[in-house]
Amino acid sequence: MSAGALFLAVFLACAVEAVEALTIVLAAGTARDWRSAGIGVGAALVALAAIVAALGPALELIPLGALRLVVGGLLLVFGLQWLRKSVLRASGHKELHDETAIFARQLAAADTAPARSRGAVSDWYAFTLSFKGVFLEGLEVAFIALTFGSNQHDVPLAALAAICAIVVVAGIGFAVRAPLARVPENSLKFVVGVMLTSFGVFWGGEGAGAHWPASDAALLVLVPAIALFGLGLIAVLRRQRLRGEARDRQSEVTV
Amino acid sequence: MNRLRRILAFWYDFVVGDDWRVAVAVVLALALTAGLSAAGVPAWWVLPVAVVLVLPLTLWRAVKRS
Repeated sequence: MSAGALFLAVFLACAVEAVEALTIVLAAGTARDWRSAGIGVGAALVALAAIVAALGPALELIPLGALRLVVGGLLLVFGLQWLRKSVLRASGHKELHDETAIFARQLAAADTAPARSRGAVSDWYAFTLSFKGVFLEGLEVAFIALTFGSNQHDVPLAALAAICAIVVVAGIGFAVRAPLARVPENSLKFVVGVMLTSFGVFWGGEGAGAHWPASDAALLVLVPAIALFGLGLIAVLRRQRLRGEARDRQSEVTV
Repeated sequence: MNRLRRILAFWYDFVVGDDWRVAVAVVLALALTAGLSAAGVPAWWVLPVAVVLVLPLTLWRAVKRS
């Protein structure tokens, strides 16, 4: 895996999660208190950095075979879940992630919650809302950055990719002061799902003792093959949905 | 106890996700790969085949539920 591919995989995964976290932080700041929301973001980033700092060196001590088996298995589970969600959304069987609607829901909830201060935090609700948003969305990214980075012996590059994605998304978000509803979030999720699944298959197989034909070059076949397979499933499910809707319309007309 | 249950539920949701069958299938496929490899049989094909079987199955279940 080249440094560019490592950077891209972590950057895209982090960008998707950062868009979701941004929506929550914007709601907490807009409806409640920007300072408390900001402290929540800072606290969550410190907690995530502590997890990365503690686990990063520990992961590098694990023998590569065992690391690839566990990490490959987890990436494969994550990748299949990401693919599942993005295929269902792209084919119309599940609603697309609507950042504007989520923002409106969060604003309404934040408006009704009572204000309470604790220590240096003047609005505890805004603090916990943004802390939970950033920490929970960031945990998966921290795991992806750590596993990709440690497998490639380049955790700093993976961390840099994650930081770049956060800076880009946060910069745009705070410049426009609105949720990034126009980011093609589902397409990004599909791409990340394909990458997680492909690397999960590759590393999991290697960790379990399998030898790939053509070694690392097998990834050049795995990534496009899994992407095409996912696109094929979207096409099949979309056609199935349209056929079902047409059948429903027809039966309504005959009734 | 409630707190422990919440923590366990969070980690279950984080690692396993929406369909536990996917996680089980991955573990079984990894075990089969390891078993075949230990026996000296080429096993690189097991995980790609698992993806081809598992992804449509989990999607089919989700569509049926919706």
